[in-house]
Amino acid sequence: MGPLLHIGTDALALGSVAASLGDGAGADGAIVTFLGLVRNHNLGRSVRYLEYEAYEPLALKAFGRIAAEIGERWPSTRLALHHRIGRLEIGEASIAIAARSPHRGDAYSACRYAIERVKQIAPIWKREFFDGGDVWIEGATAHPDDERARQEAERLACA
Amino acid sequence: MRVTVRLFARLRDIAGASELARDLAPGATIGDVWRQLAGEFPELSQYERSISTAVNADYARMDHVIGDGDEIAFLPPVSGG
Repeated sequence: MGPLLHIGTDALALGSVAASLGDGAGADGAIVTFLGLVRNHNLGRSVRYLEYEAYEPLALKAFGRIAAEIGERWPSTRLALHHRIGRLEIGEASIAIAARSPHRGDAYSACRYAIERVKQIAPIWKREFFDGGDVWIEGATAHPDDERARQEAERLACA
Repeated sequence: MRVTVRLFARLRDIAGASELARDLAPGATIGDVWRQLAGEFPELSQYERSISTAVNADYARMDHVIGDGDEIAFLPPVSGG
């Protein structure tokens, strides 16, 4: 089995992310997966490709924190999360998430929660190269301890 | 004392380096490091309110007192996923 939480330059595969969660000793009823893709358009720009970078040790800690939050909010639900960095072409996957749980509702919620939290607190950045230029995308500034941000992720996860 | 500064994304572009070594007086804080850098690279100042900061790969506040050999990271707003 591969690592549950991973950052690297290799192409992502949902199968290996899901497999990293093991077999759950037969107690699980669902795996929900999410694959984030590089889109060819953003804010009216024609995107050519993206470059991702991460502060890896802190990003892996952020992933671990998200997994722990999920374990508290949805007991018995476990998370695997792989993020790709480097140059990514249109249509390639930047993030792969799998949530495994005894119940499908918890697995769906945990999977959505994980991607929302990554966007809030993981020190990872994307640089967009589009027709006519390039720009660093700057999104959230949420500190991991910002409870309001965490609650917003939970609200989206349970919508 | 000497610390290593790590810069990411646009901060790295502004400073033209992902890693810098800086000498500071004992008792200096992360904020002191930031103000020194913003003096060298005025374009950094626009990030004063939006950066997060870390010491040795753990989040820390601007008033955190740093030690010799520490790695100080300045993180602009994130955009992973």
